[in-house]
Amino acid sequence: MASDQNPYVLILVLLVGAALFGLAPLVLAWVWSKKFSPRKPGEQKNATYECGLESKGDAWVQFKAEYYLYAIIFLIFDVETIFLLPFAVLFTRLSVGAFVAMLVFLLLLVEGLAWAWQKGVLTWK
Amino acid sequence: MAERGAHVEVDQGLKSELSKQGIFTTTLEEVYNWGRKNSVWPLQFGLACCAIEMIATSMARYDLARFGAEVFRPSPRQADLMIVAGTVTKKMAPQVVRLYNQMPEPKYVIAMGACAISGGPFKQGYNVLKGIDRYLPVDVHIPGCPPRPEALLHAFMTLQKRIGEQSLASADRPRHLDPDAPSEFPLPKFGEHDLEPASNPEIWRPPAVSREA
Repeated sequence: MASDQNPYVLILVLLVGAALFGLAPLVLAWVWSKKFSPRKPGEQKNATYECGLESKGDAWVQFKAEYYLYAIIFLIFDVETIFLLPFAVLFTRLSVGAFVAMLVFLLLLVEGLAWAWQKGVLTWK
Repeated sequence: MAERGAHVEVDQGLKSELSKQGIFTTTLEEVYNWGRKNSVWPLQFGLACCAIEMIATSMARYDLARFGAEVFRPSPRQADLMIVAGTVTKKMAPQVVRLYNQMPEPKYVIAMGACAISGGPFKQGYNVLKGIDRYLPVDVHIPGCPPRPEALLHAFMTLQKRIGEQSLASADRPRHLDPDAPSEFPLPKFGEHDLEPASNPEIWRPPAVSREA
């Protein structure tokens, strides 16, 4: 048996079985809808769904991506702190390479901090 | 077996005789309808106070999930049952019809409560539609103001019975198998005084009043 050579073969078999178990109903449903269900399209049925109202204008609108500021601040004050603690604990035993790598990481975030500061994000209004 | 047109009917007597002997027989049609009637997905939409009773029906005490209909879909694309729960104002009627038109086939309508079936206590009002069956083909009407959850459950079971009895090849076949069934119903428009047209003559006609001379 193949599992005598490699015990992972069984896992592969189970994986394929699991994938088929999930995919088979989807494929069956797709085939059924292609083969048996007659199409009844219509102007309103194919229109954009907007809670029953007629949609006005274009659906392709731009959203303002202003949340990136929160992402930057979160990285600086939250994620960075997590990395700073082990960095400080192991500071004397670090190799030069690790020290430089950490400095680069810090520099990138300090850059973000300076930028956010200059934008006035840190002032409470 | 008795031949009826192009449709082959299973002899019910033979079937019952076999089932007494412990032999279960079925038809593809029965299996198909059994599957359809036990996974009816209602559209998540309520118009007035009846919607509260509809919500109660879907919750633990009345538990619509027993009938396979707990998945209230927030989009008409995934729903096949429209429960018109509440007063349909004339302002709202075109939206209700458009939602129905946007649902995929086969689709069913339950008109829940006095307002949805006739206008109810607001029937004399200038702004209330006197029954959604003027625009949509209603399968089950529920009277009551509002109907209790048990009434909605009963209506749902009635609908399930109807779906189960639909034969796939006869005149009573489901809408999606009927090429003549319209895919959309005409939207009423806001006219000067009323919705135009005031009803869909294909599915609703005013009852004829006969007076004795």
